[in-house]
Amino acid sequence: MAVLNTILYLVVFPGLLFLFVYSTFVEWFDRKVYARLQNRMGPTHTGKSGVLQPIADFVKLMAKEDIVPDLADKKLFSALPVIGLAVVITAGLLLPVWNIDLAAPGPISFPGDLIVILYLLSLPTLILFLAGWSSTNAFSIIGGTRVLTMLFGYEVPLFLAVLSPALLAGSWRLAEIAAFYRAHPLLILVNIIGFGVALIAVQAKLERTPFDIPHAETEIVGGTFTEYSGKKLAFFRLMADIEMVVAAGLLATVFLGGFGGGFLSAFAQFIVKTLFVVFLLAVLRAVTGRVRVDQVVSFAWKWLAPLAVLQLLIVILIKGFVL
Amino acid sequence: MKFNIPIGPQHPALKEPISIRLTVEGEVIQDADLRLGYNHRGVEKLAEEKSWIQNIYLTERICGICSHSHSTCFVQGAEKLLEIEPPRRGLYLRYLVSELERIHSHLLWLGVAGHEAGFDTFFMYTWRDREVVMDLLEMISGNRVHYAINTLGGVRRDLDEDLRKKILEGLVVLKKRSEYYFKIGASEPTFVGRLAGVGRLTLQQAKDFCAVGPMARASGLARDIRKDDPYAFYNEVEFDVATADTCDVLGRTVVRIKELFESYKICEQILRKLPDGPVAVKAPRKAKPNEVVSRYEAPRGENIHYIISNGTEKPERLKVRAPTLANYPATIEILKHGFIADIPLIFAAIDPCICCAERSVEMIDARSGEERTLRFSDLRRMANERRRTLPLQRNVAWPF
Repeated sequence: MAVLNTILYLVVFPGLLFLFVYSTFVEWFDRKVYARLQNRMGPTHTGKSGVLQPIADFVKLMAKEDIVPDLADKKLFSALPVIGLAVVITAGLLLPVWNIDLAAPGPISFPGDLIVILYLLSLPTLILFLAGWSSTNAFSIIGGTRVLTMLFGYEVPLFLAVLSPALLAGSWRLAEIAAFYRAHPLLILVNIIGFGVALIAVQAKLERTPFDIPHAETEIVGGTFTEYSGKKLAFFRLMADIEMVVAAGLLATVFLGGFGGGFLSAFAQFIVKTLFVVFLLAVLRAVTGRVRVDQVVSFAWKWLAPLAVLQLLIVILIKGFVL
Repeated sequence: MKFNIPIGPQHPALKEPISIRLTVEGEVIQDADLRLGYNHRGVEKLAEEKSWIQNIYLTERICGICSHSHSTCFVQGAEKLLEIEPPRRGLYLRYLVSELERIHSHLLWLGVAGHEAGFDTFFMYTWRDREVVMDLLEMISGNRVHYAINTLGGVRRDLDEDLRKKILEGLVVLKKRSEYYFKIGASEPTFVGRLAGVGRLTLQQAKDFCAVGPMARASGLARDIRKDDPYAFYNEVEFDVATADTCDVLGRTVVRIKELFESYKICEQILRKLPDGPVAVKAPRKAKPNEVVSRYEAPRGENIHYIISNGTEKPERLKVRAPTLANYPATIEILKHGFIADIPLIFAAIDPCICCAERSVEMIDARSGEERTLRFSDLRRMANERRRTLPLQRNVAWPF
């Protein structure tokens, strides 16, 4: 039975199949919210209320001609989208969704998986940089360097913000952190600053407005993705969608109490909590304009990092005096 | 590391073909160069082949956004050459459309600025509200883009009481929305952060490079033909020349939003004072030999048409100096030492209308500095010669 459960965990939920279907749904949700906030309709045509539109886009891109630039490093250029997709799906598996035995750590939930998931979520950034760099296109190279420049801004605040709830819970294992906050729901409020910081940092990690600088179309055309087309571009887009799901799932686990109970309960909580995070991300996207890359770095170090440290301080004080 | 990036002739930031070649070091622009000529259509030559009345509709098609500006500028000049005076009601209606066009053009620009700054929500909102003024223009003239309301000696359509009320109602809606945009444009932190301090053009530079329109006014230079050299009835209506002293893209945004309010004011005055009477007089077919310079404040700045008549029913020469052309030198200067991220903003801030600005081919020899204007046949001969003498090239890189 345990073996069957693990296989289900890997392949169906929250594994490959679910991540693919759900990430397209989340993309639709994000697009729809964004569109409604802008007084537009958003996708309407494919499926009910256009819910199949992201899948249609994916299928269409898969069928398109796939061009590799003559001067590009062909092996690297072709391998990067696949590696990126594999990395984010692996990160998705580490989300403690159901079938987690708190007493016995296993391959999908172990002490320190918080660090592993953060690491796996950092890799796509490097992959995007390499993708831009290996395309040997002026716009891609600028896009690639912008990816790395931004990384220096948001990564540290994100780590600090995500680690403070872990400190309060006294565990580096996602499942235990979530269980701790489910047992003490009021303590969720302590981490509200950290949640805000992490939300903004995740927005930057996902390269969405106001941080869509690496592929700012009015400045550098497609940025990192200028030379990518067809299957490879489809993979990159899918990677970005799954990354959004995983990042939303991570925030939901760490800050919103995770997903308790059996399969159905965990499933429902996962959907509701990730959609809530994605909704906040979509609102953030709609109400802001794009900033400049130097503004991102200075904003991150002037505001995000101090706020994350403040959050850490609050957590330490509460842990010392109250608990 | 230094490298060259081409912005255009095809680029997502550009709605029309033009080529800006930039030398960048990291994110900073070291040098900029502008190449024109991708959108040359030979309008001036064509104008010499058409009669005065046909030319109204030709000049209207110089631009898709300020179409009324060009046709009005032409009609103003042509009426002087034909020695006719349009009736008051005709004039009022002509410049009512002109102010409504300014409103639609500025709302359009606000949306473009929002898009270039990556603030798409602002873009969607302004363009939604632009529909209000587009509908008004359609009700007045029957068209949304090329209004075709001008004719020699007046306008082609009259306005009834019902429509007058509708326009006033529309203006109330627009005013309310513009106040909201003023608030957003001046307070949304990411938007202001992107615009403030970008593309600085000092007052002295604005004078030196002969900047026109909102570009000059944002540098504190109160240059507006409606005030400086009032045409039609502009010395009778009350309005202020909107200026800003920040000298940057934020200033240009603020100037345009302020101008929206001035235009609402002018429109209301026009509708309140609208005199009775005919809307047009009959125009003669031929003009005596003469020449005229017609100046007009288009949404983008001063528009100049220079017309020569030779006693026939066609103009001898029509020269168009669109405001965009006047703003190019200043743009190149302020692009230097800016960030790559600011290119679309700086360029969009002049509200470029490339098809307006593409007029004639003038060759300057880089070595001797000699200037000559070439005919099309010469160009074709030179091109053929060059093709014959060149070896066949493969994988040709961008010709920097």
